Amino acid sequence: MIRGIAMPCAALAMAALAACGERPQVIEYRQGTYQGKPDTPAYSNPPFNGNKAEWDRAMATRAQNQNEYKRTR
Amino acid sequence: MARMKFLCDAERCIECNGCVTACKQEHEIPWGVNRRRVVTINDGKPGERSVSMACMHCTDAPCQAVCPVNAFYTTADGVVLHSKDICIGCGYCFYACPFGAPQYPRVGNFSSRGKMDKCTFCAGGPEKDMSDAEFKKYGRNRLAEGKLPACAEMCSTKALLGGDGDVLADIYRERVVSRGKGGEVWGWATAYKRPDAPQTPQAPPVPKGKS
Repeated sequence: MIRGIAMPCAALAMAALAACGERPQVIEYRQGTYQGKPDTPAYSNPPFNGNKAEWDRAMATRAQNQNEYKRTR
Repeated sequence: MARMKFLCDAERCIECNGCVTACKQEHEIPWGVNRRRVVTINDGKPGERSVSMACMHCTDAPCQAVCPVNAFYTTADGVVLHSKDICIGCGYCFYACPFGAPQYPRVGNFSSRGKMDKCTFCAGGPEKDMSDAEFKKYGRNRLAEGKLPACAEMCSTKALLGGDGDVLADIYRERVVSRGKGGEVWGWATAYKRPDAPQTPQAPPVPKGKS
């Protein structure tokens, strides 16, 4: 009698908890697994010749050209 | 360290497609491939908005995550690039990208597709900077020349901004504060109102006791 009740209860509990055992299915991406040729930084060639600070300044100046409030005042 | 980003101001974009044309011209992109497109919502209705879309150079790029041959890499400046020597043209990155950035040139009959092509933030690719090989595969390397992407620099209304994300945020913040409240307003004032322009006259207050 008890076994007759316990079996359906156990089956019900198993069904209710079935989703709890699911593993995440999103793949784990590992940074730095690029297989191709290495690329050089943008400032490594003329006219910057590896001078990152100068390249940063050029980028910042260029970016501010997009701010017309600075240009019109 | 700069973190290169695009920002499109939907209040200003007038759907002129100048950015699309500038991109195609700068990189001599083949017929059928659009690295940048302009998307318009509620076209022809009051309140329509246009946004210029290309690769958003995601921090955790889904294209990079799903690529089965690991053809993608992120530069120190946060630009997502790929190697066409490694790409097998499978199309996974196209399915993964929420912006439809990866494009495939038709290389033969029956719509057979070639290697993936996408916006490079005008940063070329894994070839010698400013070389013919780099130009043929990936387009011009404007970052190496000390310039920003052609689409953003050519934008006539300066709706599309490109560059270091922090700098763009400052420019956009100043713009939003200067032009005042937006959203429910539509048109020139919302996009361009200068801080020294006269304020819109307010309705006189209703005296108490009157309805």
